Amino acid sequence: MAYDLEFEKPLADLEKKLTTLQRKGEKLKPEEQRQIKALEAELREKTAEIYSKLTSWQCVQVARHKDRPYTVDYIKLMCEDYFELRGDRRFGDDRAIQGGLAVIDGRTVMLIGHQKGRDTREKMECSFGLAHPEGYRKALRLMRQAEKFGMPIVTLIDTSGASPDLASEERGQSQAIAENLLVMAGLKVPVVAVIIGEGGSGGALALGVANRVLMLEFAIYTVAAPEAAASILWRDTIYASQAAEAMKVDAKSLYQLGLVDELIPEPLGGAHRNHAEAAKALKAAILKHLDELAALNQEQLVQQRFEKFRAVGKFAVGDPVAVR
Amino acid sequence: MSDLTSADAQRAQAPDDLQPQGSRSIPGNLAVKCPKCRELLYGKDWEKNLKTCPRCSYHFRLSARERIDLLLDEGSFQEIDSNLLSVDPLNFVSRSQSYQAKLREEREKTGLNEAVIAGTGTIEGLPLALAVMDFAFIGGSMGSVVGEKVTRAIERALADRSALLIISTSGGARMQEGMFSLLQMAKTSAALTRLSEARVPYISLLTDPTTGGISASFAFLGDVILAEPGALIGFAGPRVIEQFMHQRLPADTNTAEFVLAHGMLDAVVPRRLLRPTLARLLRMYAGSKVKSVTH
Repeated sequence: MAYDLEFEKPLADLEKKLTTLQRKGEKLKPEEQRQIKALEAELREKTAEIYSKLTSWQCVQVARHKDRPYTVDYIKLMCEDYFELRGDRRFGDDRAIQGGLAVIDGRTVMLIGHQKGRDTREKMECSFGLAHPEGYRKALRLMRQAEKFGMPIVTLIDTSGASPDLASEERGQSQAIAENLLVMAGLKVPVVAVIIGEGGSGGALALGVANRVLMLEFAIYTVAAPEAAASILWRDTIYASQAAEAMKVDAKSLYQLGLVDELIPEPLGGAHRNHAEAAKALKAAILKHLDELAALNQEQLVQQRFEKFRAVGKFAVGDPVAVR
Repeated sequence: MSDLTSADAQRAQAPDDLQPQGSRSIPGNLAVKCPKCRELLYGKDWEKNLKTCPRCSYHFRLSARERIDLLLDEGSFQEIDSNLLSVDPLNFVSRSQSYQAKLREEREKTGLNEAVIAGTGTIEGLPLALAVMDFAFIGGSMGSVVGEKVTRAIERALADRSALLIISTSGGARMQEGMFSLLQMAKTSAALTRLSEARVPYISLLTDPTTGGISASFAFLGDVILAEPGALIGFAGPRVIEQFMHQRLPADTNTAEFVLAHGMLDAVVPRRLLRPTLARLLRMYAGSKVKSVTH
C-alpha cells in the first residue's frame, strides 16, 4: 500500500528505495539484503515517529483515507455471525447506515454503523456515508428492538455528516436526528459508540449518545467539517487545516479534554495499513466495555449515560453584564 | 455545525437596512423597509404591528427580550442563570480574532450575556419555564452556556412540573467551542427525555432562522411544535443544499410553511396570535389543574 498522504512523503521515499532493491529479487548481494533489513527498520521507526505526532489536520486525512476500514469491514473481521436488518419500515433502506444482529465473542449485540462505501458503485449506493432521515430512523428501529430483547448496542460512527439534500429536508432530517438523541438517552441497555473514522457533527452524534464513547487513535470527531468551519470563520475553505487545529478534532485532543472515554490504538501507520489488526483492537475494546457495563442494571445504565452527557460543558459563573 | 454557509451566515446577519435591531437600540426608527415586499413602513406602525409587515406579513426578527415582553404576563418574568458566562475551552483563534475577544465584542454589541435568556413566568396566569434564544448573539449559536441554560430551563420545568417553552432561533452549534458545542445537543435532548418521562408538556416555537444543531436537537422535540410564518427552518441552510445538489431550490424550501406541509410542525402561527395560542395550549395541557388557577 502506497504512502499517499502528503505528510507521509519521507515514508514514500524510503519505500521507493526499498522496492527498488526488492525488485532485484534473487540477484541481491548480501550487502543489499542487509540494506533492505535496515531500510525496513527505518521505515517502521519513521512511520511510528510520524504517526506519534500527527496534527489535527493530518488525523483528518488519515480518518478519511480511502483504504480505511469501514463498518462492513469491521463486521466481517469481528463478528462470528451477522444478519443485516434493513429498512426503517416507513420509507426506505438507507445504505449509508447499516446494522443488524451481530455475534461477537459468542454474544448477540445490535451493531449499527455508517458505511461510506469502498468502490464508486458502493459509494453511490451508500451516499458516501451521508445518511438520510430513513437511515437514522432505521437505526432507531434497531435500537428499540435491541432494548426490547435486552441486547447491548454497538455503534460504529464514520460519516462526514448527515446528508444536506432537499429530499432529506422534506422527510425531516432534523427531526430524525433529534429523535435519536432523545431515545438513545433513555435506552435501558448498554450502548457503546466508537468513532472509527470521521465523526461529522449531528449526523455522527445521532449514533453517539452512548454509555461509552471510544475513538480509534486517528479518528476525528467534530462539530463541523473543517472545510465548513473554514468557510464561515475564515471565509475560505483553504483554511480547513487551521480550522481543524482550532477546533481540536483529533482523538488525542478530545481525550485530553475529557470528551472521549478511551482511545483504541491503531496499527502502525494507521488502520488502513492493517484491517485485521485494527479490527482485533476494536473488538477487544468493545468487549472490555460491554463487560464493564454488564455490571450495571437498567436504571444505572440510563443514569450513567445521562450524567455523562449532562456534565459536558465549560463555563464560568460570574457577574452578569447589566442587561437593560 | 456548519449548517449555514458563509453566504447564509452573512444573509442571516442581515444588513442594517434590512434588519433593524429593535426599537431599544435604534430609538429613532422613523421608517423601515420590508425586505420581502420592499414596502416602506412607518416605524411606529411597524412596531404597533409587532414588527411584521402589514402588506406581506413578513415577520422581522425579534430579540429575546422583545419576545419575552410580547408573550409573558407583564412583570411575571423571573430570569434564571443570567450569571453563566462563556469561557474559551479550546483557546480558539480564527483569522487573528480570538473567541474571547469575539465574546466581549458580542456582549457589548447586544447587551446580552449569551444567545439565550432563561427563566420562569406566566402567560394568562399559567406558569411556565422558558428559554428564549437571541439570534443577535453570534447567530444564536449553541455553546456550553446556551446548552447549560436550556438544560437548566428544562430541569426547572421538571422541578416545578410546569410547562416548558423554548423559543429557538439559531444557525446551529457554536464552532468556537468545538465538540463541547456538539455535545450540548445530546445534553439538552437527554434532559428532555426526563421531562417527557415525567409527562411535563414542552412547547417548541421555531423562529427565523432555526437550523443545524438546534433544529436537530431540542427544537424538534416538542410535544407541540409551532413556527412563525416564513421562518427559515431546516437541518441545512438553503445555500448548503444548493451547493450540495448543484441545483436551484424552489423559493419556499425550508420555510415554516414547507416544514408544516411535510408533517414536521403542528402549526404556523402569526405573531399576533402567539400569546393567545400559547395560553390555549398551556390551559389544555394543564387540564384539570387549570381550575385551581385563580386570578
